[in-house]
Amino acid sequence: MNDRYIRQVILPGFGMAAQDKLFAAKVLIVGMGGLGCPALQYLVAAGVGTIGIMDGDTVSMSNLHRQLLFHAGEIGVPKVKLAAEKMKEQDSSILVQAYPYALTVGNAVEVIADYDLVIDATDNFMAKYLINDVCVLLNKPWIYGAVSQYQGQLSVFNWREGVPSAQSQPINYRDLFPVSPAPHEIATCEEAGVIGVLPGIIGTMQAAEAIKIITGLGRPLYGRLYSYDLLQASGYEINIVKQRDPVKIDQAFFEAMNYDPFCGQPEEDPDMHDIEEINVDTFMQLRADPDVFVLDVREKHEYPAIDFADAQIPMSELQTGMAALPDKSICVICHQGIRSVYAAQLIKARRNLTVYSLKGGLTAYFKQES
Amino acid sequence: MGINVLFFGSLTDATAVVELNGVAASNTAALQEFLHQQYPALRTARYFIAVNQQMVRENTDLKTGDVVALMPPFSGG
Repeated sequence: MNDRYIRQVILPGFGMAAQDKLFAAKVLIVGMGGLGCPALQYLVAAGVGTIGIMDGDTVSMSNLHRQLLFHAGEIGVPKVKLAAEKMKEQDSSILVQAYPYALTVGNAVEVIADYDLVIDATDNFMAKYLINDVCVLLNKPWIYGAVSQYQGQLSVFNWREGVPSAQSQPINYRDLFPVSPAPHEIATCEEAGVIGVLPGIIGTMQAAEAIKIITGLGRPLYGRLYSYDLLQASGYEINIVKQRDPVKIDQAFFEAMNYDPFCGQPEEDPDMHDIEEINVDTFMQLRADPDVFVLDVREKHEYPAIDFADAQIPMSELQTGMAALPDKSICVICHQGIRSVYAAQLIKARRNLTVYSLKGGLTAYFKQES
Repeated sequence: MGINVLFFGSLTDATAVVELNGVAASNTAALQEFLHQQYPALRTARYFIAVNQQMVRENTDLKTGDVVALMPPFSGG
């Protein structure tokens, strides 16, 4: 046994058994930014045998305050190329596989299939949903990490060992937030600002969770959402509850889903153009037309109750509920007119009906009516 | 006494406070209605609710001393 890992091998409960598991493990880190850099450095140092790193970006000056793997002389150089070279210097016995491009619908299944565990070190929702859905499809655990201003979030999803029986489906990210935000809904893609040490902490915690899952040590953060507040130096944990009627993530769902990576570039999203977004006046005409079926896709607990929908099938149940829709034109409504666009896309993809979405949703409707 | 409410992440952009103490609400729906009135920008925000660190999906009765957290998704890296 070389001295490199001796200080962790002598830990109670660790030993060569845990070290051998780390050597044999294959971990994919998606994103080589503020979260990915520390996660990679600690996993290489701990002796994880095979590590994939995926990122299409090059180093820029504004990265340097939080991505400590890189320095000012490397601006413009692809991140994963640099990271792989540096990790080879750190420990040449570790295989670091570089993927110098972003995770997409086209490559996600093929790349993730080669790994035991995925670390989400991405900075956008679509990548997080894509990682989630592919990990569910391929039955792989993944470690979620994200930051917002001075706070971070962390959890372990889809960990099979976390559930009592083979029949029950592990908790995944869609149990927290079933529907991905539409590109124009979330402003966090714009530079919201971050203090470098925060993703450093969360990325390091992701590495710690990876080591626990691989070695079987301790209690991984499965079924719990941990949030860390840097300003208060405090943590807050929430027990996650599995959706009673969870989104069924299967091949068909995956193929029908829109994983748009261009969060924050809303107006020109071509997929949006497939669905006709109608205003409240047009909606009033359509809803009076007996050949038009009004579908409310809000979840059952959402307010206010309305009496002018022909049916309510919550977005989280739309996969299974879609067969119940009649062969009519469908007008989809929701709270803000965002989910309804996604629901409309899904209906169009599956049922090939004429589908409309009420722009601005019930918020716009009630505003006009009042 | 009443209910203590915690706002996480970008929700504080809407509320300008991280915490509210002593809110009177008999259940989570009533609490949400109150909060949406108090902070209209919360209406369009995406978040889930936890009562005493337990995620809830349906309207849940509240009692004095309960801690309700409003948790949005984070996406930064």
